[in-house]
Amino acid sequence: MSSRPEIAVPLRNVAITRRASATIAVVGNPNSGKSSLFNRLTGMNQHTANYPGVTVERRVGRARLGAAVVDLIDLPGTYSLSANSMDEQIAIGVLFGRVLGTPRPDAILAVVDATRLYQSLYLVQQLLDLGRPLAVALTMSDAAQAEGLKIDVERLSHHLGGAAVFPVVATTGRGFEPLRAALAGLAQAAAPRVPAVWPELEHAVRELEPDLGAKGAGLQRAEIERLLVEGADEFRAGANLPPLPAEARANVDALRAGLFGAEPALAVEARHRYEWIRFVLRDVQTTGSVVRRRSAALIHWINQPWPATVLFVLSMAIVFQAVFAWATVFMDWIDAGVSGIGAAVAASLPEGAVASFLADGVIAGVGSVIIFLPQILILFLFIILMEDTGYLARAAFLVDRAMRSIGLSGQSVIPLLSSFACAVPAIMATRVIPDRRDRIATILASPFMTCSARLPVYALLIAAFVPAQSVFIFNLQGLVLFGLYVLGIVGGVATTFLLRRSVLRGKNPPFILALPEFRLPNVRTVIMKLLDRVRIFLRRAGTVIFAVAVVVWALAYFPRSDALEQQRLAAVDAAASTLTGPALDERIAEIDNEAAAAHLEQSWLGRAGQMVAPVFAPLGWDWRISAAVIAGFPAREVVVAVLGTIYAVGDDANEQSLAARLSSATWPDGRLVFTLPMVLGLLVFYAWCLQCAATLAVIRRETNSWRWPVFAWGYMTVLGYTAALLIYQVGSSA
Amino acid sequence: MTLADLKPGETVRIEAIATADTTVQRLMVLGLVEGAEVTFVRASLGGDPLEFRVFGAAISLRREHARCFRVSPVGASSARDSVASEARSYQDLS
Repeated sequence: MSSRPEIAVPLRNVAITRRASATIAVVGNPNSGKSSLFNRLTGMNQHTANYPGVTVERRVGRARLGAAVVDLIDLPGTYSLSANSMDEQIAIGVLFGRVLGTPRPDAILAVVDATRLYQSLYLVQQLLDLGRPLAVALTMSDAAQAEGLKIDVERLSHHLGGAAVFPVVATTGRGFEPLRAALAGLAQAAAPRVPAVWPELEHAVRELEPDLGAKGAGLQRAEIERLLVEGADEFRAGANLPPLPAEARANVDALRAGLFGAEPALAVEARHRYEWIRFVLRDVQTTGSVVRRRSAALIHWINQPWPATVLFVLSMAIVFQAVFAWATVFMDWIDAGVSGIGAAVAASLPEGAVASFLADGVIAGVGSVIIFLPQILILFLFIILMEDTGYLARAAFLVDRAMRSIGLSGQSVIPLLSSFACAVPAIMATRVIPDRRDRIATILASPFMTCSARLPVYALLIAAFVPAQSVFIFNLQGLVLFGLYVLGIVGGVATTFLLRRSVLRGKNPPFILALPEFRLPNVRTVIMKLLDRVRIFLRRAGTVIFAVAVVVWALAYFPRSDALEQQRLAAVDAAASTLTGPALDERIAEIDNEAAAAHLEQSWLGRAGQMVAPVFAPLGWDWRISAAVIAGFPAREVVVAVLGTIYAVGDDANEQSLAARLSSATWPDGRLVFTLPMVLGLLVFYAWCLQCAATLAVIRRETNSWRWPVFAWGYMTVLGYTAALLIYQVGSSA
Repeated sequence: MTLADLKPGETVRIEAIATADTTVQRLMVLGLVEGAEVTFVRASLGGDPLEFRVFGAAISLRREHARCFRVSPVGASSARDSVASEARSYQDLS
């Protein structure tokens, strides 16, 4: 097997100097320290992509092991060879060599958490049935020692049919030298010879082999085994296998009836395997006197419901503080830097389309991507820290009851809370949710949460049109802002509630969670994950945000009117002949702003606003607001700048300058445009509308279909429009 | 008595399992099988889900599924996990 072809998907960013001599799959339970181990073995020599057609991450890395070069595939974590999620299905598919573009691994490195040997051996035992060379990395061996666990490595190796067992500490690198040496020659090593744990099953496999094996339907022995346990149809559907011959099928069914009787096969398998595991544990593991350390007692206390609730609220408060307060400092720098560069570029070029394209299109477009980076980085960092310390599972455990009342499970809570900062990382974080329906419901609820891009719009409209009077001890402006947050939550909750009773109807997702022990995160792993996710954000969302910024610029810039330009120049000349000094500068700025407004009015964007104005007229919007809303559909945050230009106060509009102009805007018949019902309607429209192309792109990516982004966009737009319509009509007639 | 009826800190042995539910089958794959000793750690906010510990690994499940596991206090004799049932020697088969 040593002459396998190269991996079909090219390893970009990896200096390929030599063909890898073998492919080794790294397999283990979730939270077994598998990724840390993989990172330590491959260093930066790795590449992340998705498996074709699914949103499961494919991590491949190249390890230089002395003279040998070996490719490692980091498979998604799984507890057994029976898939419960897409991730697990892929992991199993790769092991059997049934995933397109990924070669069947020549050997297996099983990662086993020494502190949970009991659960881990279940998978190891199934892996042994694959009949391929296998080594075991015993991670967390330091933690096991601290817990007073003694594991007899040699006895364990003996029970695993001679598979080598290497105690390692992935965070420090202890024990890696012998592991590396073994991996170098693992593919050429003999497969462990294992005791028959379940002779009846072995016997049944042998009976089917002539029909289904290499000379028949082409199944591997371990595949026949899985087929027997899981049932012919279920296994075939999951593993993408061709239909079985009718006779073989009948054989399978008959053998299954004999093996399992009326009992579910998985239950029978679990009994058999755990019986063996308890037997092995009794031989290899001794529990010494457990020194109950103070940290363990503290962790136990903190996990009690009430302390845990306080900790949860506290940690969420810190995340929000970081995202909204600490990130703002960096965002202001970026904002200032980008406008500075834009102004400098515009000044150094002759006025015209090229200067405007570079300054207001390209540079502003890049700026609108990197302005999100501080928040995104902080948010991703917290999510990764929560994953790696095991806190994510604890939080899910804590709030499961509450989340269940709205048709979700505890695992949805972190993605939903993250979407108060930005829906894009939140939707990416829904990958931890195993149930598909649960995951889609969470994805569709996320865009309702008030994200940071909505805040400037809220701040502007509230400061401008909601009186700052006090209501009891509260300020009316603050109450309205609070109300908008509540509105977002209500919209999201109601949506999941409705979806769970219609399109996504199904049993409440089961909640089974292996709760990992608290672990200190590994700095290197955290940094690598962080860089990885930021890269994904830039590629998936960043490109969309940038493209949108350039398109909106073009729509607002073209077509250019010479007549307007002449008018502007004439007005500047006229001003120059009567005014001097600061008064002249002020007048010129005014003229420029008015010219910009006039240009925008006859631009494609302005025309589009006038064209769709009748649609929005029942909401009390004039063509200017309609144009700004259109511009805001792909990215809601641009609406403030567009309103600023359209109302001739310049695109760096703030509450004071724009508010004054907005509050005096009138319809042709003299009625005020910005009445309180209209503004409230506009705010609710913003609260419920999905005006973010980046979010749509990520929904498309994560659900792997256009159906959900199209549905989410249509549904939320109709919802926002209807609510704004009702508020305006009812409010105006009262 | 089932897994849903325990006091925090109580350790029991699983006697029998109602295996029809697929979620219960998944829990068995995670190690909640007949004969396993399980410690109830705590209930979450509002009394559900529940956290258990089996051979050093913490598992959480909902009350509705915990009810599918009939248990007995550790120390009481249990037919399934008696020494006799462990007599099957695996080495001999290798």
